[in-house]
Formats: sequence, C-alpha cells, structure tokens
Amino acid sequence: MSATVSLAVLDYGMGNLRSVEKAFERVGASCEVTAVHEEIGAADGVVLPGVGAFPKAMERIRELGIDEALVTAAESGRPVLGICLGLQLLFESSTELGGSDGLGLLEGEVAEIPAGGRKIPHIGWAPVTWHRPSRLGNGIRPGEPFYFVHSFVVEPREEDLIGSATYGGEFACVAGRDRIYGVQFHPEKSSAAGLRVLENFVGICAEAGE
Amino acid sequence: MSDLKRVIPCLDVDDGRVVKGTNFVDIRDAGDPVELASRYDREGADELVFLDITASHEGRDTIVDLARRTADNVFIPFTIGGGIRSVEDAQAVLDAGADKVAVNSAALNRPGLLGEMADVFGTQCVVVAIDAKWQDGHYEVFLNGGRKPTGRDAVQWAIEATRLGAGEILLTSMDRDGTNIGYELELTAAVVDATAVPVIASGGAGELQHLVDAIKEGHADAVLCASIFHYGQHTVKEAKRYMAENGIPVRI
Repeated sequence: MSATVSLAVLDYGMGNLRSVEKAFERVGASCEVTAVHEEIGAADGVVLPGVGAFPKAMERIRELGIDEALVTAAESGRPVLGICLGLQLLFESSTELGGSDGLGLLEGEVAEIPAGGRKIPHIGWAPVTWHRPSRLGNGIRPGEPFYFVHSFVVEPREEDLIGSATYGGEFACVAGRDRIYGVQFHPEKSSAAGLRVLENFVGICAEAGE
Repeated sequence: MSDLKRVIPCLDVDDGRVVKGTNFVDIRDAGDPVELASRYDREGADELVFLDITASHEGRDTIVDLARRTADNVFIPFTIGGGIRSVEDAQAVLDAGADKVAVNSAALNRPGLLGEMADVFGTQCVVVAIDAKWQDGHYEVFLNGGRKPTGRDAVQWAIEATRLGAGEILLTSMDRDGTNIGYELELTAAVVDATAVPVIASGGAGELQHLVDAIKEGHADAVLCASIFHYGQHTVKEAKRYMAENGIPVRI
C-alpha cells in the first residue's frame, strides 16, 4: 500500500488556486497551497499553477524565494507540473510585456500565440495531439479536447514536446523532460480527461517517491 | 479546423436552489444546483452558467457559497451572473472558483463597469448578458429580468459592450425564453455578425434541432439550455451526439 501523495501547490498570490487544489484532492492527492520552503521541500511533487502576466509572476516568485525551492525540488528528482502560466514559467524567458527571464527548468522561449489573425486570448476547448507516449497522457484518447485560456505559448525543444493543439497555427501545449512537466490547458477545468492527467501526475509522484 | 461549439446548461438559482421560469414567471423547482451541475459535467457539458435570481440582499452570500461548492465538485468552467454590480462582487465569485462573471443590468446602468472588470480580471472573465425583445421595429434591451425596457437597441449595445471590455455575449431572446419553439435566429445572427466575440444563444430551446439551428443559422458559438435538460427531456450527451451527426464540431 502506498501512502497518500502529498503535493505542494505553489501560492505566489496570482490567480485562484482552489480549483487546482480540489481537482487534485478529487484524484486522491493531498494538497498544501503554500509558499513555505520547508513545505515545498517535503512534498512528493510540486505544482506551479498561475494566471496573469509572466513578468509579474516571476517577480513574485523571486520575492518569495520559491524559485530556489522549486529548482531544488526538481533537481532532487521530485516531479513538477506547471499549469497554464505555470508551464510558461518553467521556460527560460518570455517576450510578454517587454520580456523577462523564467525559471529555466525547460529550454526554450515563451512567445505570443501564433493565432494567424484570430482573436487573442485563445479561450475554449481544443483537441490535443500527443506526439509521443508520456505517463502524463496515460489513458487519454488521441485528440481528446482540453480547456484553454491563454495568450502566450511555449516553444520547447523538439525532444521536450509531448503534445500540441491548434489555434490559427499549431502550438505546444504539453512539454516535459525527466520528471518536469507542464500543460498549457487547465486540467482542473477539463472535466474527466483533465482529472485523468492530474491523476497521472499523482502516479508519477508516487513512483518517484518509491 | 473550426472551433468546437459549446453546449452550456443554465441553472437559474434562487436562494441556493435551481429554478426555471416560463417567460420568467411561473417558476418550478428543479433541484440542487451543485448536484445538477455535477451531472451535466459527467454528461459532457462544456461549461455551466448560474444565474442568481435571489431578490433579497441577504441572499447575496449564497451565490458566493454556491460558486465555492461548485468549484469543489465540478471540473469544467462556469459563469456566475445575476446581481454582480461591482468589481468587488465579481472578485468574490471569481475567488470562490468561478471562471467568468455575467453582468446585465449593472452594465446598462453604468457601462464603465465592463472596462473596470476587464482591467482587473481580463476580458475573458467578463460576459455581458443581454435580454432582448422585439419591440417598436427593433430588438430592444430589457432590464431587471425582462421587466423594464431601456430603449436601447440590442445589436448596438452588444457592439458597445464588447468595445468597453466584454469578452463574450450571453444573448437571451425574451420573446422565446421558456417557449420551447426555438432560438430567435435573426437576433442571434444579427449580434454575431456585428461583433467579434463569442456569442451564446439563449432562450427558446425545446428540441435538439433548435441547437443545430442556433449554430448553423444563428451563427452562435455556443448554445445555452435549461428546461430541455433539467426535466430529463434530453441529456447533454444526446444533444451533442445529435449536433455531431448534423455536422457541428463538438467535444464528445
């Protein structure tokens, strides 16, 4: 019998974290919504959610010192999941609002969505194509739609690209390397398929802790 | 590929209970909102809208509590409308876990509210709800749950509201609401064609073909339904399957 997986959901004061917390609880994890370094260090996995602007988010994260706590956790092999803005923050830099450095856990940049003249932000359900097998996508039907709300997208290295969606043009929406993962969509708002992705991440955390 | 069209069950809520009126009078109780919302999530609803029609001022807290209980149990986006009069009102329900707020009378009384909300939360969180009725040779906007005419033209108000900061339009035909004879397609198409934001057609759905018509002929991005689902006439799953069979891209 494995113990309940404990997750640290990083709270840096941007966006509502309640839905993320409740969704993880629904799939059997216990969540601590926190910015306390010791709690981040003690968790089986770390979740970086967030909505809002990239530069402001990085500023808050640095002020709270949770960038160090997160990088330390990732380097020690603890699984990390970035959601929406959280995915973008895992990358090296973003062009949003004049530009800003990110956490650099994944290589690549963040740029405005290549919407081909379509309205930004991109809001709504969009089918996701999974390009390679990933624990995160276990049991997810090819082309299953997920719910998106975003204006920027990540540009990962080819080998870190796991899934993509289309809005005007194709864009990366699932990326990962080692146990560092990120999704552009909102799994906590993507019904059963979204919960399955979160459940898969909890499974990754359980394995990493064994 | 074209965007997936959305099916959005609407739950009218009075003091924490779901109700649905016929032409906004003659209300019948259809159950616990969170229970119903959770069922719709399982059936494949793409989003939910809760419209709070609680009259009393004390009832205001119940909608925040409803947003919280919904966010705890339902994992699709949802909108809260009814009685949102300020950025603070909006903040309370968004903090509780709602994804968007719908503003109706308050935006008509003070259009600047739409911009204030868009500045704080982003346009993607701001829905303008428009109740329109054919009168004096045009679609006129009505206030207070359809009781008070404003003299404003619905298409013009839709254009202005989106310019001010609304990121989506919830368009209800007062003539059709509760009638089950189908959406007001001319009204829907007029607003869709005049604006660049998604339009949710509302009022009049009585059979599944009406949902198809709203999208094919009304050009709507989403269809809002209440009684067709609440009373078990059709499930959301049936509705989406029917739409798919008729060539409409939906999430199934």
